[in-house]
Amino acid sequence: MTAPSTRPVRKRVGRKGGGPDRDTGATPRRAREGDDRPRAPIRTRGLTKLYGDLVAVDHLDLEVQAGEIFGLLGQNGAGKTTTILMLLGLTEPTEGQARVVGLDPARRPLEVKRRVGYLPDAVGFYTDMSGRDNLRYTARLNRIEREEAEDLIDEALEQVGLSARADDPTETYSRGMLQRLGIADALIKDPDVLILDEPTTAIDPLGVTEILDLLRALVRDRQMAILLSSHLLNQVQSVCDRIGIFSAGRLIGQGSMHELAARFGEDTAHVEAEIEPPADGGIARVREVLAAIPGVVDVKSPARSSDPWVIGVRPAAEETRVRRAILAAATSTGLDLTSVRVAPPALEDIYRRAVDRATHGHARDVR
Amino acid sequence: MTAETPAVQTPTTPAAPTRDRRGDAAIPSRRERSVPHAGWMVVAGKEFADHLWSSRFLALLVVLGLAALIPMYFAADTIRNAASQVTGASSIFLFLFTLAPKVGDTQVQLPGAWEFIAIVGPLLGIVFAFDAVNSERSDGTLPRLLSQPIYRDDVINGKFAAGLAVIGLVLTFIVLLIAGFGIVRLGIVPSAEELLRLTFWLIVTFLYVSLWLAFGLLLSVLIRRASTSALVAFGTWLLLTFFGGLITQLIGGFIAPITGSLEQQASNLSVQQTISRLLPDTLYREASLAILNPQVAAISNPATIGGYEQAAQRVPSLQSFDQSILLVWPHMVTMLAIMVACFALAYVRFMRQEVRA
Repeated sequence: MTAPSTRPVRKRVGRKGGGPDRDTGATPRRAREGDDRPRAPIRTRGLTKLYGDLVAVDHLDLEVQAGEIFGLLGQNGAGKTTTILMLLGLTEPTEGQARVVGLDPARRPLEVKRRVGYLPDAVGFYTDMSGRDNLRYTARLNRIEREEAEDLIDEALEQVGLSARADDPTETYSRGMLQRLGIADALIKDPDVLILDEPTTAIDPLGVTEILDLLRALVRDRQMAILLSSHLLNQVQSVCDRIGIFSAGRLIGQGSMHELAARFGEDTAHVEAEIEPPADGGIARVREVLAAIPGVVDVKSPARSSDPWVIGVRPAAEETRVRRAILAAATSTGLDLTSVRVAPPALEDIYRRAVDRATHGHARDVR
Repeated sequence: MTAETPAVQTPTTPAAPTRDRRGDAAIPSRRERSVPHAGWMVVAGKEFADHLWSSRFLALLVVLGLAALIPMYFAADTIRNAASQVTGASSIFLFLFTLAPKVGDTQVQLPGAWEFIAIVGPLLGIVFAFDAVNSERSDGTLPRLLSQPIYRDDVINGKFAAGLAVIGLVLTFIVLLIAGFGIVRLGIVPSAEELLRLTFWLIVTFLYVSLWLAFGLLLSVLIRRASTSALVAFGTWLLLTFFGGLITQLIGGFIAPITGSLEQQASNLSVQQTISRLLPDTLYREASLAILNPQVAAISNPATIGGYEQAAQRVPSLQSFDQSILLVWPHMVTMLAIMVACFALAYVRFMRQEVRA
């Protein structure tokens, strides 16, 4: 029975407490990927929003698939929040269209909002009510039966690590706790799509790891589509499958880290090498040896002795050969090499370069 | 049993992907989704509970209760002393609400219970509305609330409904308090007509207070800061309650001064009265008097000398209940109109506002 009609069965199983779902999570997932799932839960075409003369969002084409975390990166005022509000039907687009879970949020906002969990930027709660009561209100607004709601609330609170403080009034919560509660609040309706506006800004580093793990688990087990906006680059880098870079209302680049690196990385790879400074000649000698390797364009000596050397390689495809060459050079010249590895492309660099390029390109257009 | 339910759904599920992919077909959901309705009732329920547990509710109950009970206490004394001399008056019980009593043997005269309510009533409306929307905004709960599956107007409708419910509750409580206390102290049981009049007066009072509720709600939509909105609301209340009469007199004296022939004076007086009725306060006072006191046969000044002559010739008599209602009908409609106008403006502005602060 399970095999031919996986999806409807899953629908029934849905989530009774989440436990069974997580256990069987792997099987339906594969089945789901098997049956052609063409339509992305979030899709926009030429989505545009004008505030008077100000272009907040400029012809945005975006797709977020089920089972994927998409990170929206951008400066303040780049149009991230406006985009999110349009996806929720809270603001009408000036032009273009959006489809969320296959529906137009501007015309069928209720069904969209029923299935999309949203954590607003600077989320707030009713301060005189407890965290649990706040979630109960959300459950009531979503027409979730009382008993089921209690289970869902317990589970959501557990997931965000707030069970112990759930019955305290939210005015006693810290900013980070409010954000955790906000995530729980978005999970109450068991959404198909999760939209998180700056989800981790106020959460402490350990908490961030927990939250990011939770997001990964949701994507893995429940096949959610998650769209999150953030300006914390390393978090975006660590958790997102794909990243979109936003600047002045336009999506100036999107793709996985590797795709972005290929596009905006100026075709340079970086190799990190830890080398004990040799007695004869010291740093200058190491630099000489490294710079002599073909393909190396840039050699940075470490600022502190514990740091590695950073060697720039262009074209990036040469990186493997250069690493071998470093090993060979170390052996032949007697350098005390302790490790060689590829430095992961830094989102920060990519981001900076993408924005630079976009603004310069834009300036050229204007001229 | 799980096996059966999917069987019902199977025909629709495979069809969905093959259907027009650009169309509006929803991607099937993992969970059964009932399309929610009547979101305003959920909002109203939460707001109502909030109001009842709030300290402002308790404070108002005490303030209004005292404002009603103190004059009632002295009025009861006066009525008891006078009741033996009165014969045939059918509205002794209502004197509890209308009589402006003297305190003991002193010359200090308190306003009657209904006048107290005319003064304090607006507070009741304002207090439950002045921060209805802007506090949601400043607490950051509005985007979260609006991202739930409810329509945007459910929020403002629900809040207004909750306010109306609380007002109704408080007013009913106070009227029952006065009536109950009066029955005990006076030993007079109200007649059916008196009960009818009292109920109708309750409705008029409810309208009057709701008008201020709608006004408070409007301010809470227009003004971003709750404190500013409270200040404006209470300022307006003070201005209209204590200086409103003065202002309308000034305007009336300017537009229609009492000069010229008698005929002209009469018509100008009637214009002045119309101007004074721009104040909800005046509307409420006139309507209350006409309802609570069956002796009031007319609340408008005649516009002509002939009218005055007619009024002078009229045999003083008690009005029946329906006659009294006819007298105050325009007042009620006007109050309702002001309330609807305030609410409509608040509604429209709220619907057009950006979600973001």
